[in-house]
Amino acid sequence: MGAEYLANEYIPIFIFILVALGMGAAPLLITVFVAEQKPDREKLSAYECGFEAFEDARMHFDVRFYLVAILFVIFDLETAFLFPWAVVLDQIGMFGFIEMMLFLIILLVGYIYAWNKGALQWE
Amino acid sequence: MGWLDMAITAGIWALEILAIAVPVALTVAYTTYIERRVIGIMQIRKGCNRVGPFGLLQPLADGLKLFLKETIIPTNANKLLFIAAPVMALVPALVAFAVVPFGETRLFGIWDEAHVMAVAHLNVGLLYVLAIGSLSIYGVLMAGWASNSKYALIGAVRATCQMISYEISMGFALVCVLMLAGSMDLAKIVDAQAGGFWHWYIIPLFPMFLVYFISGCAESNRTPFDLVEGEAEIVAGHIVEYSGMWFATFSLAEYGAMILISLLTCILFLGGWHAPIEALDFIPGTVWLLLKAAFFIFVFIWFRATFPRYRYDQMMRLGWKIFLPWTLGWVAVLGICTYAGELNHSLQFLSDMIGFYQPWRS
Repeated sequence: MGAEYLANEYIPIFIFILVALGMGAAPLLITVFVAEQKPDREKLSAYECGFEAFEDARMHFDVRFYLVAILFVIFDLETAFLFPWAVVLDQIGMFGFIEMMLFLIILLVGYIYAWNKGALQWE
Repeated sequence: MGWLDMAITAGIWALEILAIAVPVALTVAYTTYIERRVIGIMQIRKGCNRVGPFGLLQPLADGLKLFLKETIIPTNANKLLFIAAPVMALVPALVAFAVVPFGETRLFGIWDEAHVMAVAHLNVGLLYVLAIGSLSIYGVLMAGWASNSKYALIGAVRATCQMISYEISMGFALVCVLMLAGSMDLAKIVDAQAGGFWHWYIIPLFPMFLVYFISGCAESNRTPFDLVEGEAEIVAGHIVEYSGMWFATFSLAEYGAMILISLLTCILFLGGWHAPIEALDFIPGTVWLLLKAAFFIFVFIWFRATFPRYRYDQMMRLGWKIFLPWTLGWVAVLGICTYAGELNHSLQFLSDMIGFYQPWRS
């Protein structure tokens, strides 16, 4: 499980990332040169069902998206804790299981609170 | 290690990578063909049957057409992010395949022990897949924001929200698999399910299997969760400003994700490359894995032909109010079953039942 393992298993992934970058970028490059390009002002403006685009597109959006993102951070962190816990469940035994259940119950209180406050409600 | 050895190793790696990446790209191309044919049959019409025999050359013709389309980069767009977004969407979809084990081989008896057929046989394969899978959100978000178009921005915000919501239940479903297999190594998870279909994790984890597959649909923005692109209201969402091959790159990523979810569902819940009964072991494991995955790709297409699109509030409710408590509860149930015997001797049968699926407990 030393340097050799890391080299043998992770360098191919690194090469794979380079190959994937190539596979993604090459068609985009080729199409720019192969296809006929005839840009004009109308064509290059933002699509808005035939209107002239008005206002900046980067407008306000619903605050509930933020709420979901914050809740996501909490629960995704929880999965990040659960992953290693599930792998060593054989070594930590019942004690470890009860500990994790206590942790989950604390989070569950927060989840029920969020539910009651309507953070998960989309009408 | 001399430079010759290193060159040979690097060459083998390059071949392995191409042996995964090229078939994935081809499978993506032909999945679009199969999708059009299958939906055609389901709607009692022909589907594409003009280009080549049975329309088999249609994906090539489509690809050629897309290559010859003009590239449009809107004047108001953030150029750098706009250009990077399609690549950023495609790379995670492809790179995730690096750890997928396609079977075990002795290379016709040349090797003494069986080797796992994967580019990288990681001991944290499951974590890697989850981590790389999450990166696909960036492509969507970058595309939507960089386009500087209202539809694109709304689409991207919706898509991000949907993908992160379903990632949670997906993560919890995977935790259940880990509690049984006791390893994040995908090959070990498959080996824990060896010996016939009654060993497969779909039996103790049936609800988690459903949650995982449905969350997979939502993660890859497939029907009935394709309100990300909702033609009727936001005209394709984050990809509205993309044209030609640039647009196609996003589709490639979507179909790649769909194939990945199908493969992973088989690996995690349906015994991977193991035959349902041992009498069928003479068919190679890789064929079994690909057959099972092909079935799930068919299910994806079947969904598209069958279900109408969800409404946004319905989709959020399914993710947060149904899947989340359901998966969390199943983690607790699995743990309680595992240790029930230690608490009360009369509940030993529960521990024995779950222990049957837990190789680390025997």
